[in-house]
Amino acid sequence: MSTNYIGQSVKRLEDKRFITGKGRYTDDIKLPGMTYASFVRSPYAHARVNSIDTSAAKDMPGVVAIFTGDDIASAGIVGVPTGWQVNFKNGDTMKEPPHPLLVPTGSTVKHIGDPVAVIIADSREAAFDASELVEVDWEELPAVVSALKATEEGAPQVHPDAPGNLAFDWEIGNPIDEVNEAIEQSAHVTTLEFVNQRLVPNAIEPRAYIGHYDEVSDKYTLYTSTQNPHLIRLLMCAFVLGIPEHKVRVLGPDVGGGFGSKIYHYTEEALVTWASKQIRRPIKWTETRSEAFMLDAHGRDHISKAEMGFDADGNIKALRIKTYANLGAYLSTFAPAVPTYLHGTLLQGLYTTPKIHLELSAVFTNTVAVDAYRGAGRPEATYLLERLIDLAALEMDRDPIQLRKQNFIPSFDGVEQPGYQTQVALQYDSGNYHGVLDRAVEMLGYEEFRRLQQESSRNGKLIGVGLSTYIEACGIAPSAVVGALGARAGLYESAQVRVQPTGKVSVYTGSHSHGQGHVTTFAQVVADKLGIAMEDIDIIHGDSDAVAFGMGTYGSRSLAVGGSAIVKSIEKVLEKGAKIAAHKLECSADDLEYAEGKWTVKGTDKSISFGDVALTAYVPHVYPQGLEPGLDFSSFYDPANFTYPFGCHIAVVEVDKETGKVKLKRFIAVDDVGNVINPMIVDGQIHGGLAQGIGQALLEEAIYDENGQLTNGSYMDYAMPRADDLPMFEIERQVTPCPHNPLGVKGAGEAGCIGSTPAVVNAVINALWSGGHKVKDIRMPLTSERVWRAMQSSNSTITQS
Amino acid sequence: MTKISVTVNGTAQTHEVEPRQLLVYYLREKLGLTGTHIGCDTSSCGACTVHMDGMAVKSCSILAVQADGCEITTIEGLAKGDQLHPVQEGFKECHGLQCGFCTPGMIMSATDLLQNNPDPTEEDIRHALEGNICRCTGYHNIVRSIQWAAEKMKTSARALDGAPVSTSPVYASVNLNQQQQV
Repeated sequence: MSTNYIGQSVKRLEDKRFITGKGRYTDDIKLPGMTYASFVRSPYAHARVNSIDTSAAKDMPGVVAIFTGDDIASAGIVGVPTGWQVNFKNGDTMKEPPHPLLVPTGSTVKHIGDPVAVIIADSREAAFDASELVEVDWEELPAVVSALKATEEGAPQVHPDAPGNLAFDWEIGNPIDEVNEAIEQSAHVTTLEFVNQRLVPNAIEPRAYIGHYDEVSDKYTLYTSTQNPHLIRLLMCAFVLGIPEHKVRVLGPDVGGGFGSKIYHYTEEALVTWASKQIRRPIKWTETRSEAFMLDAHGRDHISKAEMGFDADGNIKALRIKTYANLGAYLSTFAPAVPTYLHGTLLQGLYTTPKIHLELSAVFTNTVAVDAYRGAGRPEATYLLERLIDLAALEMDRDPIQLRKQNFIPSFDGVEQPGYQTQVALQYDSGNYHGVLDRAVEMLGYEEFRRLQQESSRNGKLIGVGLSTYIEACGIAPSAVVGALGARAGLYESAQVRVQPTGKVSVYTGSHSHGQGHVTTFAQVVADKLGIAMEDIDIIHGDSDAVAFGMGTYGSRSLAVGGSAIVKSIEKVLEKGAKIAAHKLECSADDLEYAEGKWTVKGTDKSISFGDVALTAYVPHVYPQGLEPGLDFSSFYDPANFTYPFGCHIAVVEVDKETGKVKLKRFIAVDDVGNVINPMIVDGQIHGGLAQGIGQALLEEAIYDENGQLTNGSYMDYAMPRADDLPMFEIERQVTPCPHNPLGVKGAGEAGCIGSTPAVVNAVINALWSGGHKVKDIRMPLTSERVWRAMQSSNSTITQS
Repeated sequence: MTKISVTVNGTAQTHEVEPRQLLVYYLREKLGLTGTHIGCDTSSCGACTVHMDGMAVKSCSILAVQADGCEITTIEGLAKGDQLHPVQEGFKECHGLQCGFCTPGMIMSATDLLQNNPDPTEEDIRHALEGNICRCTGYHNIVRSIQWAAEKMKTSARALDGAPVSTSPVYASVNLNQQQQV
């Protein structure tokens, strides 16, 4: 039996239940006596709640209970916290206004969908019908939705204690004087004003929660569509409800996609948990898609001015950026970290830029919270860099490939050669940036690349080709580092490897799969390391009672951090197993080698199997003196550094000269995500990321009008990529192992989403330039109308449609 | 309340339902067939796709009372015992699913396509999936899954005719990338 599972495209063990309709998502779960919740939500972006009349609703058949913000406030519940603290430049603590579960009377709602009451009834329909009868006296107030406008004099104030709507200001990089001087001395400066538009993550499963208080055991159970059950338990118990953690079990069953939006602790989780004790019955809440658009944390929403300075030879000398980041009305769980430590720290990109400075204003507005959405900060940084360098190539009439290569950081493996220290706090682990660029260009053909770049038009279509390179920091994250940067939690991961007496293995991981296929990938790691069959391994996750602790899945961290924790526990199992084996084989543990599921005395055919050692550990009749019985180890793995995947993406587009419609014809991606356990699953991660990145470039944007109404909050109005918007992807990988984790893996979840967006926009700009339309930029998404308008104005002013 | 009689996955069902109840809620809540999912409220995502009298329909845009007298097949009724439908097999073989939430609807739409067009082009497949949204896969492997299933169904049909049967392609060797050249 071969047990070389690492590197094999093993079919997913979890698939069968999903393809036969047996998946178990939170909304599929029905508990005895269950009730259903429906919320009364604000139709205004900003309004004072003068009074709430629930009397008519209370009389409706099936209504069990109604709670308002006043009930929550009188229970002493303040609201949900944020998990990351960033200080103002002057050292003051960021503004952190309360985020109540329900807004009480006399207070103000701060975005559409902000809830003021919850109706709990015997059925979903009864709860909804009753919610329609709640009378609220709203006093509408002026609203502000743009981060830039929110900082202007006289703008409506979202929170009274955050003057100028500023949550915090922040900077990173070299001293500003040095950067200013380098810009002034540059032979050429490329300047762009960017809008990195607001996106809706849109996991296809809407959020769903069931709170259940059991009087007999005095315990709460929360079923939640989350990416990190333990994190939810910690935040909810310690910071929201003040209930003891050991009395709460949080379960994350099958979860239908997350992309960041299901990391955060949402008010409804705490509300159904708390209310289930008040009514002594389970409560389910499943959001509608309309609610999901209004309530699930959005992504991106940056406005930036960026300047890149070059010397006469095309070497980058300086980068200066001012960014306004819209954080929405309340600080979501990771929100302060996204425009700062996940964005500012990535502005080195793949380039040797000697002087870099980012100044950031993080701003409150009357919109739903903005937090980490796939890529989170890193797509925004990559977009700035890759649009700037591509535009610089056009302005300076240089080859965009050559311009990148001459500025690339030289290759380093992080073992023989040290890691690369950036100007913005990070130390890259290992990289071979020329390799991915050369291979991607080779896949298209350099001559083809140049021909396509210069080709003006064919059959009424403009042809364009664009590329981008990227680096990301993931495998999040070393606890001491992020602690110094403001994280209020560690970012390690836990794993328990429990060998059963028969040699079967149960693995408990704090990572959480919501599509990533951990059950397969982790089992491959364990089977390979232990030399046993995958069928003999069970991966358990998503249950805070079963798994010791966990920080969950986001930031492309599951394998790099969670997988490393599993490897640590396997090492402990094998170390103890060797002692038992040595005793049974009457030799020294040093004389043993472990392979293919057995310990063998070196140079002999004397061996003992893993299963026999496991049995001996639990039936310790012939057993080393002083050694504890059992074979069951837990580990916590705290990474030494972030991991740094990188890659190069190339897009080929066709632009219709008459309509401005962009058709993506080819997409090439060469990504280096370190070692790969299951290539099939990694391919899938890349594909999905590409689609979301391409979606940002061409289709997606959450649009609030000036009153704060979300004007496209449905799948009919918000354009996500559908099957006929995308081509088959042409993807390859380069492998530069991560030098600081035991699997050599870097993470693949976000890569596709980070590199693809600027490649597509660069391709469209290239198409327009080759057709004689020298536009510097088109605001994303590149809709037909925006591209058509850009073609009508062939001067070089920035198009901000 | 209105009385309806429907045959769901081969079993006759008779129930009193509210006239406003959507078919998808009837299937999920009354019959416990939770494999049919609800992903939106505008009939856009296709997660609730089932077959009604052999045709793919979105069960969120049909009232339960409209299904009176009809035959419904849901994802739970697609396999014949332990024998998966080729489209189900294709999704597993080609990694056509990640989180699994859109998957039942995708599979029900794809089976409908292959019933009507046993030999679809890549363009045909992408067009047929316009009413189903997947946020995980970028559709690449969904297209390949359906191509795999089409191939398998043709091979099975040939086998029934006594023609030689080719072996099933697997992920590592299958190369159905039809790259469009500009």
